[in-house]
Amino acid sequence: MIQTLAFYLFATLVVASGAITILARNPVHSVLWLIVAFFNGAGLMVLVGAEFIAMLLVIVYVGAVAVLFLFVVMMLDIDFAELRSGFVKNFPLGFALALVLLTELILGVGAYRAGAMKLGTPDGTAATGLGTSNIEAIGALLYSRYLFLFEASGIILLVAMIGAIVLTHRERKDSRGQNISQQVRRRPQDATRNMSPGVGQGVEL
Amino acid sequence: MIGVEHYIVVSAILFVLGVLGIFLNRKNIIVILMAIELILLSVNLNLVAFSAFLHDLTGQIFAMFVLTVAAGEAAIGLAILVIYFRGRGTIAVDDVNRMKG
Repeated sequence: MIQTLAFYLFATLVVASGAITILARNPVHSVLWLIVAFFNGAGLMVLVGAEFIAMLLVIVYVGAVAVLFLFVVMMLDIDFAELRSGFVKNFPLGFALALVLLTELILGVGAYRAGAMKLGTPDGTAATGLGTSNIEAIGALLYSRYLFLFEASGIILLVAMIGAIVLTHRERKDSRGQNISQQVRRRPQDATRNMSPGVGQGVEL
Repeated sequence: MIGVEHYIVVSAILFVLGVLGIFLNRKNIIVILMAIELILLSVNLNLVAFSAFLHDLTGQIFAMFVLTVAAGEAAIGLAILVIYFRGRGTIAVDDVNRMKG
């Protein structure tokens, strides 16, 4: 009972906040509603017992991706009103297309419910073990059977990180950098002089 | 009782919202990227729901890989957006075709 209630709560909220995300006038509001959508999506995942993916969703999306979006939206000085000019013109066609797509998808679910189709049966090699927690089972599978895919995803993240740095990095012409080899080559005898000036005469540099 | 169909319907609605978002905000590439994130969320929801109802963990593993690719895509997309804005002063994607050459 409570599960059904929670499902409908999360489902309503995720759909509503997704709709506000794409309809909001201000992109900052869009990002914030996207965060709400991700929280509720994570809630839906917790309901079916996938805690690890749900937590990952919150950490990766809310903690990193949404903050990145917020950062870019606020950093760039953009006239968002001008970017919205095609909104009303595109609305009828976009809405009609979305409606057609949704009808097709729901027809597919209806066809499944009518009973003519069967879901595939898993081969049992990745079955959820009884008595082990979700994260334990995922870890055991990820570090054995999907090890190479896991490492490949690590490489993807590395390439994305280097790519983002290479793309956005720029050399400033007015800043004075540090020449390390010049600093290391500098010897005391080049930089200092030993003098013994007479009283009241001072030193000429 | 909540079945897998409920989850499929929710993720279908979310997917369609993402597609609609791309159509409606044709000029604003930031909102387009957010709509793509919505689409990927719906895909993840679908993968996790099937994984849970078929008692097979493969779906959750793949949801993780989708998450990885989505994070990389967002980072690269926003980096391209920042350098595009730096050179042009606007992010209207209507005249991106001038970028060639």
